[in-house]
Amino acid sequence: MSDLAAQRTTTVRPAPGPALQPVASPARAVTVERLNAWYGDQHSVKDLTLSFAPNRATALIGPSGSGKSTVVRCVNRMHEEIPGARASGRVLLDDTDVYGDGVDVVAVRRAIGMVFQKPNPFPTMSIFDNVAAGLRLTARKVSHDQVESALRGAGLWEEVKDRLAKPGIGLSGGQQQRLCIARALAVEPDVLLMDEPASALDPISTLKIEELVQELKSRVTIAIVTHNMQQAARVADQTAFMLDGELVEVGPTEKIFTNPDDSRTEEYVTGKFG
Amino acid sequence: MSSVAFAPVSARRRRTDKLARASVALLTGVALVPLALILYYLVKQGIGAISLDFFTTDPTGSFLGDPGGIKSAILGTVLMVGLAAAVAVPVGVGVAVWLVEFGRASKLAHAVRYFIDVMTGVPSIVFGLFVYITLVIGGAGGSSFAAWKGSTALALLMLPIVTRSAEVVLLLVPDALREAAYALGAPRWKVVFRVVLPTALPGIVTGVLLAVARAAGETAPLLFTAAAVNATAFNYNDSMNSLPMLIFKNVGQAQDRLVTIAWGAALTLVAMILMLTLLARLIQRRSRLS
Ligand SMILES: Nc1ncnc2c1ncn2[C@@H]1O[C@H](COP(=O)(O)OP(=O)(O)OP(=O)(O)O)[C@@H](O)[C@H]1O
Ligand SMILES: [Mg+2]
Repeated sequence: MSDLAAQRTTTVRPAPGPALQPVASPARAVTVERLNAWYGDQHSVKDLTLSFAPNRATALIGPSGSGKSTVVRCVNRMHEEIPGARASGRVLLDDTDVYGDGVDVVAVRRAIGMVFQKPNPFPTMSIFDNVAAGLRLTARKVSHDQVESALRGAGLWEEVKDRLAKPGIGLSGGQQQRLCIARALAVEPDVLLMDEPASALDPISTLKIEELVQELKSRVTIAIVTHNMQQAARVADQTAFMLDGELVEVGPTEKIFTNPDDSRTEEYVTGKFG
Repeated sequence: MSSVAFAPVSARRRRTDKLARASVALLTGVALVPLALILYYLVKQGIGAISLDFFTTDPTGSFLGDPGGIKSAILGTVLMVGLAAAVAVPVGVGVAVWLVEFGRASKLAHAVRYFIDVMTGVPSIVFGLFVYITLVIGGAGGSSFAAWKGSTALALLMLPIVTRSAEVVLLLVPDALREAAYALGAPRWKVVFRVVLPTALPGIVTGVLLAVARAAGETAPLLFTAAAVNATAFNYNDSMNSLPMLIFKNVGQAQDRLVTIAWGAALTLVAMILMLTLLARLIQRRSRLS
């Protein structure tokens, strides 16, 4: 317990200013409006309104079970894959409601990519095929250049360029996670949702993922769920604090960690609970 | 408790451990004895019948003269089991995919699962009887006994084995893989065909082999569906010979030569199934590497 608190109370370095990030391709904004989500009878996300600014990283923090994963899974409509789960409210990608009538869920997921907590490359596929999978699964032709650029984007190209035909599960955990990031990038999404992408990784791999998040901001809008305060401080421009399915507070990362408006936020970021 | 050193393993623990190891080894040995004996007798009794002619000539059916070989039985088994597998495997795997990916916990899925469990327990002769009553007596297809009717009985026998084993393997495919594919925007059927089935393939193949081996060795479903003839036949609407039927007929004869043929045929059947298993392993290993 004590080391956890110590970890949280260490002074956090604010993320580099957004001005330093060159915007290579303008990504799209995501706006969540009055989102409610249920698992059966359990009301897991309550009336949540939150914007993810384009080409910025937004961190979602909060204690376990506060609904962070549920929120990001609602953004790309993965929530509805769970039997008995439902959601109401609006999720706007720029101006389009992804829950709108006649919106193709396949198109939504192509535009909003996702990286999971545990690396999950397809075990029967080679490194190349893993990256190409997203394109193939959505019926598009795949060129070597697309795969290469996705792997470069995920900072993995140099490590795997000589063994593209080898199985994806033959990589280390950190490499597998970057492979999954490459797989998500290959379909050229506007938004990347990352649900605790480094929590199963060692410190060096974690650092690589964090550097990657900084780089990827030039291409995509990022939502990153994390339990690690320093990580949020290092990568996020904006941080949102959730508690019991509600949004307590959202603001510039520096403000959330140094001078939050809500006392509960302060208690959480200083390690008093959670 | 203050000392850092761990207490040595007590003599009692050691003895218990030894005893446990010994009894497990003993039980393994006991289980292997009948298997080894079967193989030993198969080879010992059957090897005398094996020659090139044994595989290349049909049985003559003559009691005193040259009994001939078992060519028609080998071909018949391959043809009938092949047809049965061609029907039962896609249907069985399809049902399993439906159960795991679509039906899940629905009422219909529970009913189907229950039905399959019952089917697994049905004695094979009942499938034979069922086909006899519905297809043979009725003269379906303008024939009475016919190979395709034998295949039907074998397919019914294989179906629950294929379905059950495929379902178990499909359930083992981690949900994380399905999630990854859905999150990439893949439609459901593509997730099934490109991600779930390839991941489960080695296990599905094992189940299929089990079913094929089981069907290839069955006599009861063929007794009054495909019957048996001596000559090689390729027409599915005619009677066809098969290895189990040939063994069944020959082993009861009061002629040592005919009994030896039965042993030879049994040895051949076991060897065929063994080769099939090895072949499947090889193919799996190949596809893994590429
Ligand atoms: N598949 C599910 N079925 C039922 N309830 C669920 C399911 N997934 C999550 N929940 C519930 O919804 C609530 C929010 O869960 P969620 O996974 O979004 O939390 P989280 O903030 O991501 O937590 P963690 O930090 O532990 O990942 C929890 O109370 C949880 O028990
Ligand atoms: Mg979570």
